Amino acid sequence: MKKLKNMEEDFVLMKGNEALAEAAIRAGADGYFGYPITPQSEVMEYLTAAKPWERTGMVVLQAESEVSAINMLYGGAGAGKRVMTSSSSPGISLMQEGISYIAGAELPVVVANVVRGGPGLGTIQPSQSDYFQATKGGGHGDYHLLVLAPSSVQEMADFMPLAFDLAFKYRNPVMILSDGAIGQMMEKVKFQPQRPRMKDEELPDWATTGKKPDRERNIITSLDLDPYRQERFNRKLIEKYQKMKEEEVRYETFQCEDAEYLFVAYGTSSRICQKSVQLAREKGIKAGLFRPITLFPFPEKQVGALADQVRGMLSVEMSAGQMVEDVRLATNGKVPVEHYGRMGGVIPAPDEIVEVLIQKFIGG
Amino acid sequence: MVDTERCKGCELCVISCPTHVIAMSKNVNSKGYHYAYMENPDACNGCTNCAVVCPDGVITVYRMKVEEKTEV
Amino acid sequence: MADIDIKDIVKEENIVYKKTKVLTDKVMHYCPGCGHSTTHRIIAEVIEEMGIQDKTIGIAPVGCSVFMYDYIDVDTQEAAHGRAPALATAIKRLLPDRFVFTYQGDGDLAAIGTAETIHACNRGENITMIFINNGIYGMTGGQMAPTSLEGMRTSTTPYGRDPGLMGHPIKMTELVAQLPGTYYVTRQAVHTPNLVRKTKKAIRKAFEYQKLNKGVSFVEVVSNCNSGWKMTPVKAVKWLDENMLSFYPLGDIKVPEK
Repeated sequence: MKKLKNMEEDFVLMKGNEALAEAAIRAGADGYFGYPITPQSEVMEYLTAAKPWERTGMVVLQAESEVSAINMLYGGAGAGKRVMTSSSSPGISLMQEGISYIAGAELPVVVANVVRGGPGLGTIQPSQSDYFQATKGGGHGDYHLLVLAPSSVQEMADFMPLAFDLAFKYRNPVMILSDGAIGQMMEKVKFQPQRPRMKDEELPDWATTGKKPDRERNIITSLDLDPYRQERFNRKLIEKYQKMKEEEVRYETFQCEDAEYLFVAYGTSSRICQKSVQLAREKGIKAGLFRPITLFPFPEKQVGALADQVRGMLSVEMSAGQMVEDVRLATNGKVPVEHYGRMGGVIPAPDEIVEVLIQKFIGG
Repeated sequence: MVDTERCKGCELCVISCPTHVIAMSKNVNSKGYHYAYMENPDACNGCTNCAVVCPDGVITVYRMKVEEKTEV
Repeated sequence: MADIDIKDIVKEENIVYKKTKVLTDKVMHYCPGCGHSTTHRIIAEVIEEMGIQDKTIGIAPVGCSVFMYDYIDVDTQEAAHGRAPALATAIKRLLPDRFVFTYQGDGDLAAIGTAETIHACNRGENITMIFINNGIYGMTGGQMAPTSLEGMRTSTTPYGRDPGLMGHPIKMTELVAQLPGTYYVTRQAVHTPNLVRKTKKAIRKAFEYQKLNKGVSFVEVVSNCNSGWKMTPVKAVKWLDENMLSFYPLGDIKVPEK
């Protein structure tokens, strides 16, 4: 491991998973509770080796399953602490019950999903086939996660403190939706300085920290047998997500100003599409790339606006076609929207994507 | 003293009393339960068995030590 | 012997037993004679006597006692079915100076939550685990539990539990006692006044031992479920004495060495 004191001024070379772990320590996380699964076990391995309990007092615990880990998160978040976990697709499926409970109890947690090919046990190579699970809820009931999609090791590091802040701002679970490529690849990264963990007095007043005589007891629950009260609660959640849609949309554009054809891609696919834009332009095609950074809230307005400008959009995802539906919804039929994707852990090549663009939109 | 509205008529106090003080009333409370009452108040020695076994804690026990008289 | 007026006796200073302040005024929804009510009362009394109401965090299960937080006046979290030990693990590790207790039934602790139970005990979390064993699933209408006795009729074993099909009843308490992470393991009951007093002593120890940071204090309470067993409270308590206690004997299974 590199010497810590250089990491804020100098770039270090690190795996995405490791950067996520280091950034969690620096974000003042109180606890990490996880379970090994390829391709993200390095997150917990880094944490147990870095001994953050000596640096900041952060708790790191390997749970007996993902089911247990997500429930440890519920307990820790209910006590007002900054807690997180990381896993990969099959493990995230196991966590869905817990995530639904966390959303229903309005608790702040961060869950990182380093996506691998599925369904079922699948493969260990990267994929983007958990988009539906991440953005449409994933577990039972009407709720959403705020989903951040990094596309580089630097973003893995930068999104960590952001994820905690958003989780506490909205009292909602936040997901960092990465993939096996970003988790495993090594790139240069610079870290933000250590921010302190919350002191006892700073813990939120809704948390179960021990009922002092001057207040009523705090109850963390998602249960309400009164249907009218439960409906009012669901409305409250709807308002929360509406506020997210108004204030938290994040995205990036690449050569979109004069684009006639648009790639829409996130994560690893977006990096490949950057090259595809370049290759397309060499062939005289005015292509651009729109990269959503928040998958929920999805940048519908921005994609919808681009629909007035371009002649076609190609949603490039390592899946059978999931984000493409949101792109279609955002364009509202104004422009043809197609999907291209490889599955099972296969990663598309940039020229392959350009060929598909030509085939589907330009003819030939 | 029995909080007759909270008593659910489970009768555990009846069988726990060593001196057979308590019985179930023929009357019912607003929930329809026959509540417990002191049928033989003079036999009570304030041992608190009834209150201790009562699941809902509806019994309060008063004991006046000086006079060695008790009331439940 | 009516020479003393009742008004002289019923006075504040003469109270030798009354409901604890740590129990709220809400009437508990449990069936008449249910062991949940009694155990809630005992826990609340222990918390009041130890003066730790402002330091205690409870975790409620899924089952009849899902609304424990309406009755015991401490900060409480509602856990998913079986997961209470996981919540408790995180809370205690993140707030080590608080008293953390879980309260679970037999489905929660011995069926869906078996992994969480075993591993919290194996890791030796410094928590108090309270296990209400009534050999049946009360809240959902009386189905078989892992702890239902052989031959016991339940709504999913209408002809009696057949060990050949459904296995034998499982003794979680003896199981967890084998793990070095458990510090104090005991089995109690609450259907007679003397047993209630013993259980209260056990639960008091179970809370006190948290200060020692030596592992899990595990208290099983064998209880009756009058609705599930389809008996009156008095008959159910008799059935408990005659049937449950021979299979689930009361007493300390593991005590700290002096």
